[in-house]
Amino acid sequence: MKRRYFGFLALACLCAAAAPAAASDAAGDLDEVMGLLAMRRQGRVEFVEQQFLAILKRPIESSGELRYEAPDRLEKRTLLPRPENLLLAAGELTLERGGHRHVVDLHRYPQILPFVESIRATLAGDRRALEQLFHLEFAGSVSRWTLTLVPLDRQLTGIVKQVQIDGARDQLLRVEIRQADGDRSLMTLRTPAVP
Amino acid sequence: MNWRRASIPALWFCCVVLASIVVARARYITDLSAFLPARPTPAQQLLVDQLRDGPASRLILAAIEAGGADRNARLSILTAGRLRLDPQFSSVNNGEPVSAQNDRQFLFQHRYLLSDAVTAERFSAPGLRAAIQDTIEDLASSAGLLLKSLLANDPTGEMLHILDQWERNPSPATENGVWVSPGRSRALMVVQTAASGSDTDAQERAIAAIRAAFAAAAREAPAAGATAAQLKLSGPGVFAVGARAKIERAAIRLSIVSSILVVTLLFAVYRSLPALALGMMPVASGAVMGIAAVALGFGAVHGITLGFGITLIGESVDYSIYFFVSSRSVRQNEAASAGWQRTWWPTIRLGMLTSVCGFASLLPSGFPGLAQLGAYSISGLITAALVTRYVLPALLPSGFIIHDVSPLGTRVVRLLQPVRRLRGIVTAALGLALVVLALWVLQRHQNTLWNRELSALSPISAADQDFDAKLRKDLGAADVRDLVVVSGATLESALAGAERAGRVLAALADSGAIGGFDSPANYLPSLATQRARRDSLPDAPQLRDSLRQATAALSIGSERLQPFLNDVEAARRAAPITVQDLQGTSLRTGFDALILHQKDRWNALLPLHASGAAQSIDTARVSAALTRAHLDEARLLDLKYESDALYASYLGEAIHLSLAGLAALTLLLLAALRSVLRVARVLAPLLLAVIVVAAGLALSGVQLTILHLVGMLLIVAVGSNYALFFDRQALLHDAGSESLTLASLVIANASTVIGFGLLSFSQVPVLVALGVTVAPGAFLALLFAALLSRA
Repeated sequence: MKRRYFGFLALACLCAAAAPAAASDAAGDLDEVMGLLAMRRQGRVEFVEQQFLAILKRPIESSGELRYEAPDRLEKRTLLPRPENLLLAAGELTLERGGHRHVVDLHRYPQILPFVESIRATLAGDRRALEQLFHLEFAGSVSRWTLTLVPLDRQLTGIVKQVQIDGARDQLLRVEIRQADGDRSLMTLRTPAVP
Repeated sequence: MNWRRASIPALWFCCVVLASIVVARARYITDLSAFLPARPTPAQQLLVDQLRDGPASRLILAAIEAGGADRNARLSILTAGRLRLDPQFSSVNNGEPVSAQNDRQFLFQHRYLLSDAVTAERFSAPGLRAAIQDTIEDLASSAGLLLKSLLANDPTGEMLHILDQWERNPSPATENGVWVSPGRSRALMVVQTAASGSDTDAQERAIAAIRAAFAAAAREAPAAGATAAQLKLSGPGVFAVGARAKIERAAIRLSIVSSILVVTLLFAVYRSLPALALGMMPVASGAVMGIAAVALGFGAVHGITLGFGITLIGESVDYSIYFFVSSRSVRQNEAASAGWQRTWWPTIRLGMLTSVCGFASLLPSGFPGLAQLGAYSISGLITAALVTRYVLPALLPSGFIIHDVSPLGTRVVRLLQPVRRLRGIVTAALGLALVVLALWVLQRHQNTLWNRELSALSPISAADQDFDAKLRKDLGAADVRDLVVVSGATLESALAGAERAGRVLAALADSGAIGGFDSPANYLPSLATQRARRDSLPDAPQLRDSLRQATAALSIGSERLQPFLNDVEAARRAAPITVQDLQGTSLRTGFDALILHQKDRWNALLPLHASGAAQSIDTARVSAALTRAHLDEARLLDLKYESDALYASYLGEAIHLSLAGLAALTLLLLAALRSVLRVARVLAPLLLAVIVVAAGLALSGVQLTILHLVGMLLIVAVGSNYALFFDRQALLHDAGSESLTLASLVIANASTVIGFGLLSFSQVPVLVALGVTVAPGAFLALLFAALLSRA
């Protein structure tokens, strides 16, 4: 029973990175890209994520698979170096790792939002959701675009400086999250060879 | 004679006054202990401790429904905020992270004492290398962000290890910052009272405080619409308070209704107010003396014993009925009294003594509720009989007269005549057929005849139990059924024992035999363990050296880990953690819930959780593992099994005692009547009534409990009077007096059937059990006694 009291502690650990899938756009117009993204009902891509931490001499790398189902289910399955499953569904974040399962209420940990909502809302083509959290900056064309997200909330900018998402039409290619302390993570996405 | 006339009522008056003083000053207990053994075995003692003071006994579960998630959450937060200021509650949890900051700080500061991974090997160069490599790999995970900030201080990942060690139970879902039910329709809260669960008064105050806090919260955050805010509570304390109120209400209401009915009946019969008042004297004196005797003999009176008070009315009111009705037969009071004393008093005395024999069989019971019932009934009956015999005649006003009831008796005699004409062999054959039929029914229901589960006595409705189960499921707070209890003479030895048992249980958890377990040693390791962990930390130069070797091939430079060196050095110098250090963190609540301190004994409780797939725990396997590890001070306790076993032992014991009582009663009758035939004639209708009632209950799907057994004892106690009256009447050869005897028996029987019949309409299972057994049983006993008697 009393174990429960510690739930939130472990959950606080969860803050970290998140995941994307696939998308595109046209004519340098954000709305068109969003429209294309919104039309994709689901997607599955492989990811390789590198984290560049000031305290470490070399970046650490992890890889696995991202799955997305419109509008609000996003799953990040890490296979290496250690299996882990992170699931965002219906506003709840569940982390399964080493036989343990943690559930995080995003409501309670708003600091996790920029990590997960940046990717989820982009995948969903949900411009309004993005604009609730971020200042949006769009560059490039529908065939090759870059979306830069800067958190609006002052508290969140203390954690995440910006999220930069590169894509082509309705595919996400690269997600870079720059943290306020200078550390950054870079996730590269690739559609698996075999569907 | 004059001296006697005045002195006996005076003596009686003094006795009643003294007894009333005892009754007024007696201690009344309404907790569970009426159902707990007076001389428990060690396993039973653990069970008793758990039920009375265990952490589970102090939980109150709450569900808030206020028409919408936002308002639910708001009311949950406001209510919890108020309750946290109330010293009645040792913890209030609604999902808000109130002590998260303190918890984190405490765990981090003491991580080298709390982590069971801390060993000398882990702090050697190879150990450090493996641990740091692991932590760096963890950084790649989704938890990396937090770990990153810890890395310089905690490169071996002790903090995460501690959290993993504890984070095994699923917590309820949260929404708007508070716990909610899976359907999101309710906000959930768990409150632990400071007072023990067996302190029903304190539980009642706590429940009132929760309701008041909720009402205040609802006023503070009024609903937008018309939806009323609802607060539903559950838990052992809530049940205890509810059950007590229910039993009190039922006992009071039924006593009033049955008193009115019996008084009305008696007035209709006597048509005399003085007779009515005098007739109640034996009953009232008996009740007062009965309670006084229990208070003096047991030190305290169980509430449930008082509840049985109604059973006494049934028999003791009969005495005065017999007295008044038969004194009607002669006009002169003096002569009537004398005649009554000569003819009927020996019979009443014998009837009373047979009842006493029956109830005396309850006295040695290990079930305090039964033992008290025995003492209460014995002293009550003796008092009622003596008051009828010695006080009533002395108080009878001159010219006292009651309405002539012999026409009633004459009518009954006429009704009986057709059956009585059958006589001899036919009656015996019919009786035998009935016996065979009843025994056949009982034989068919043999396996389901008795209910051996304690819950059979529970006054909690099935709906309430279902709601409780649902709430527990939503909260992930499954009712603890199995736990390992480790006893020690000191807190330290209990904790050390919990650690040894924990190692066995951890192995069982790894193999999937159990899902997991809690241990107080997770919150506060024993001093020995803390010292061992502290001593396994190397000194600064050695650690610096090992760290340099360990990090040579890693992606982190040892120069970055200076904070780690500082923290380890600080931990080496820090004093061990004590209970006081836990104050202000949720660890304190967790720890307190798992440690029970009794006079000279500390019990560490390690609740077991079933593994996900299995619904229950293989207790034999856990016991065997504990035995193999030679953990003599650890004991596996299956709460449901133990409480059912306890109840089954009461039941078995009560059955044996009742049979012994029946044997004693037979011997008494043999000694008094000096004729096997007469004894058989007296006992036959009683036993017939008992087995027919038992068969009837079995046929209607009722499983017998210990209270049904008490009811059967009451059938014999009340019925023996009827049978003895017929036995005596048969010797008189006086048709006129037979109609009077029958009239008094019919009136007495009607009052008994009314009293007990009403019980069967109550909502309280223990009272219903008595009612449905005694009401038909008493009627059948009279019927059979009448049919089997000689005209």
